Amino acid sequence: MLERKSIIQLIIIAIGLVFVVRLFFIQAVDNKYKDEAQQNVLRKVVEYPYRGLIHDRKGKLMVYNVPVFDVMVIMREVRMKDTATFCKDFGITEEEFKSTIAKVKTDKGYSSKKTVPFLKQISVEDFAKIEDNLYKYPGFYVQARTIRGYPQSSAGHLLGYIGEINKKRLEKQKDSYYEQGDYIGISGIEQSYEPYLRGRRGSKYIMRDVHGVEKGSYMNGAVDTVSIPGQNLTSTIDLALQQYGEKLMGKMIGSVVAIEPSTGEILAFISSPYYDPNLMTGRAFSKNYTELEKDTLKPLFNRPLMAMYPPGSIFKVAQALVGQQLGVLNANSTYPCNQSWGPKCHAHPSPNNLEGSIQWSCNPYYYMVFRNIIQQEQNPNKYIDSEMGYNQWRTLMLSFGFGSKMDVDLPNIKPGLIPSTNFYDKWYGNHRWKHSTIRSLDIGQGEILIVPIQMANMAAIIANRGYYITPHFIKEIDNRPITDPKLTNKHKTGVDEKYFQVVVNGMEKVVIGGTASWTKIKGTDICGKTGTVQNPHGNDHSVFMAFAPKNNPKIAICAFIENAGFGAMTAAPIVTLMIDKYLNDTTSRKPMEDYVLKKDFVSKYRKAPVPTPVAQ
Amino acid sequence: MRNDDKISKNIDWITVGFYCFFVLAGWLNIFAAVYNPEVSQNIFDFSINSGKQLLWIGTSVMIIILISAIDYKFYSSFSYLIYGIIIFVCLITIFLGTEVKGSKSWFEIGSLRVQPAEFAKFATALALATFLGRIGVRFERTQTKLVCFAILLLPALLILLQNETGTVLVFSAFILVLYREGLTPWVLILGIVAIALFVLTLIISQETIFIIIAAVSGIIVLYHLVSLRRRITRFSHVMTKVGITIGAAVLCIGVVYSVNFVLNNVLQPHQRKRIEVLINPELDLKGQAYQVTQSKIAIGSGELFGKGFLQGTQTKFDFVPDQSTDFIFCTIGEEYGWFGATFLILMYVLFLLRIIFLAERQKERFTRIYGYSVASIIFVHFAINIGMTIGIFPVIGIPLPFISYGGSSLWSFTILLFVFLKLDAHRRQILSH
Repeated sequence: MLERKSIIQLIIIAIGLVFVVRLFFIQAVDNKYKDEAQQNVLRKVVEYPYRGLIHDRKGKLMVYNVPVFDVMVIMREVRMKDTATFCKDFGITEEEFKSTIAKVKTDKGYSSKKTVPFLKQISVEDFAKIEDNLYKYPGFYVQARTIRGYPQSSAGHLLGYIGEINKKRLEKQKDSYYEQGDYIGISGIEQSYEPYLRGRRGSKYIMRDVHGVEKGSYMNGAVDTVSIPGQNLTSTIDLALQQYGEKLMGKMIGSVVAIEPSTGEILAFISSPYYDPNLMTGRAFSKNYTELEKDTLKPLFNRPLMAMYPPGSIFKVAQALVGQQLGVLNANSTYPCNQSWGPKCHAHPSPNNLEGSIQWSCNPYYYMVFRNIIQQEQNPNKYIDSEMGYNQWRTLMLSFGFGSKMDVDLPNIKPGLIPSTNFYDKWYGNHRWKHSTIRSLDIGQGEILIVPIQMANMAAIIANRGYYITPHFIKEIDNRPITDPKLTNKHKTGVDEKYFQVVVNGMEKVVIGGTASWTKIKGTDICGKTGTVQNPHGNDHSVFMAFAPKNNPKIAICAFIENAGFGAMTAAPIVTLMIDKYLNDTTSRKPMEDYVLKKDFVSKYRKAPVPTPVAQ
Repeated sequence: MRNDDKISKNIDWITVGFYCFFVLAGWLNIFAAVYNPEVSQNIFDFSINSGKQLLWIGTSVMIIILISAIDYKFYSSFSYLIYGIIIFVCLITIFLGTEVKGSKSWFEIGSLRVQPAEFAKFATALALATFLGRIGVRFERTQTKLVCFAILLLPALLILLQNETGTVLVFSAFILVLYREGLTPWVLILGIVAIALFVLTLIISQETIFIIIAAVSGIIVLYHLVSLRRRITRFSHVMTKVGITIGAAVLCIGVVYSVNFVLNNVLQPHQRKRIEVLINPELDLKGQAYQVTQSKIAIGSGELFGKGFLQGTQTKFDFVPDQSTDFIFCTIGEEYGWFGATFLILMYVLFLLRIIFLAERQKERFTRIYGYSVASIIFVHFAINIGMTIGIFPVIGIPLPFISYGGSSLWSFTILLFVFLKLDAHRRQILSH
């Protein structure tokens, strides 16, 4: 039996041991306490980087950064004495205060210890009023950051916009760069050049005492990081041309895309109706977005990339090139304007050789061209013959960039459609279709669909006499030319250079003395092609594709205006006005400009009242 | 003068060394606890706790000199008088005391504030030692036991009336003293089992505890029955043991049942909260549990080696309330880590064992009982104080002896200890007495 003395000694030793073991668990095993201690003491202040600026090709500022302030809150530090005064100081109603607090608490990842946003994107002016009183409210902090601003209120569709990263994106990211609350490019250039534009976030750790009073930097700033600004981009856009185009397209629904043929650089990119990109920034972002989304004319819809149309008569130029390449057509092939073959036509001199067929846009001529392409009598069976011819035709058409998504540096482009033989086999049955079944393709109608940027690219191909460089929006990143081969490589079409001259000559005559002769400009030799796209839902669409000057072209351009009638009447004036503006920096035909500005192809298609976005 | 020479030769310098270590460690850690990096402060600055503590240390040294100078027979001779005076002071404190943090235990004399309850421990120890130390007193007699309990109960009741629950708990330390002097071990065992069951009931479900109790008692009963078959012990003897085992099991189950009853019906709301919070700190992050949670965070963040003197962020930036007084152990845990905290605990254990060693070498019963009282009081303070800072005991506001900031506390522990050292120094004379 142990002595009583020893039992007391054992009790003392046992308690000592219990403490030592317990301390070992708290101090050495469990890391939780260390983290909590850091949460107690450290406040991480994020230093958001400046996002890269975007300039146009001539150095004009297109996108800049606007400083705003987020008021952040650490809920457990809040000591609210008087809500009414607080609301007054922060310029919010008590209702807003309650709903904001409620929202903050239900946000994912909310913790009373964490710094979470309370009021977002307060402008410098509003913040000045809040700032003076901020010291009265423990638990509230300021976070400086920037949103986007657009000095020209222009080019929204190509610039895109930024916004807070959503949960899905946050979970999907691979490099785990983003954190909740970060801004990310959501569309346009902002999205596709996000890695260049975003820069790198910095962070500072500040020590605080139990009352939240700051006590200097942690470890003398050894773990702080400095933010690195994003890279500046130089766009290929000519802002003057872009804005002129937007002005001309003010009351139109449609697209204009202008490209520098030798480089693939996009000079102008207009989707109409358009919106002021300043609406898509700041606190009114979501409200404005909803308003714009309600608009029946779909101003958010990026038509040049996404609106798929049958191309209409401008497609005849492609037919002429493919026909020559396949050896069923040459410069001297002559056909009369014989409407008894089927296609209707308008009054024009007849018969025509290839050049004249383009000049006058003769429909029966292209009936014959397409028939000779599809049915080359390579097989006695007309159906098999048609299929063979169609495949040869399709291969060449695909080499123009039709029917597939172009590698442009903007997201969400549509491919258009050059149907495969399977498509028709499914439609009509295997070997149940021949030229006469699909003959509406001859003048760019029927099943084929092309997006406006592909039409403009077709103009560039002809301007280049046989090749194109994928159209793109950015030419320099931090003043260094882009090197992405997808955007700099030449794509040769399947049509030899020698076949282009006759087509170019025909297009020149369209403007000099053909379907669009009234739009000619003295001293500027424009090559163009009109198109009037049949529209079962309303008035025909007006199309005009052109490049200029004829030799060593500087601009290739296409306008597609919905419900605007003959190509020569609306699209051609717009295109030639823009060419005049770009090449000559002038408007030599003021009456034509007035004529365009007076036209209105929008109002009667608006099915709902004009939405009213809130300005900043 | 002959007397003084003797004390310097005979006093136990090892214990004095421990004392100096604790007081010095306390002083440095009090400075760390109140240290504000933005104001360049001096540890001697009298406007902060570390400077004031230096004052308490200085006066403590004077008290030590005084204790050494007074004849050793004074303490046994005047123990009842001292006891009586302290009881009187405690009594008038209830009516005239100043209320601090809900307890009316402070007595103000000019600018000086003292807590008489701190000195009641010393007085009670003296009185108990004197009573039990008398020649011819036998602890086995019921009358003796009753007087002992009366000596303990009187100051405990008065302190309870002052609302100083923590200090009352310290009086349970005397159970160890009485045990040493012959109190049945069952009081000790039942006390420990009751506390263990109480805490277990709060942590795990009643059913689980019943299963454990049933299993343990079942095994014991089985063991006895097996010994019966082997004919080692007599039948009636075994049956008595089986009966005791079953009785104990029933008693345990009763205790478990009573826990909820005590929690809900006996304890005051704030006391109940302290206990609930111990089990589940998430219950109340801003109130009661805040202190414990912050205390654990501070200690835990010290990790193995600590952050270094004046480097504790939780300490510097005031995250733990009362850090220079009751929660001083956090500072040690954070700035010196597990090794530092373990070293301090080791020092305490060795110190307590040393006092027990000194108590055991006394020939005089009075000095031994007083020595055990000193060891037990310091031990209970040590156990409860550190236990609460690391979250295994409810928050009871009692200081860590010699280390926590505070004049009353340092003085009372100094008196408690050095009276014993003085008596020990004269143990040979006492022998001849």
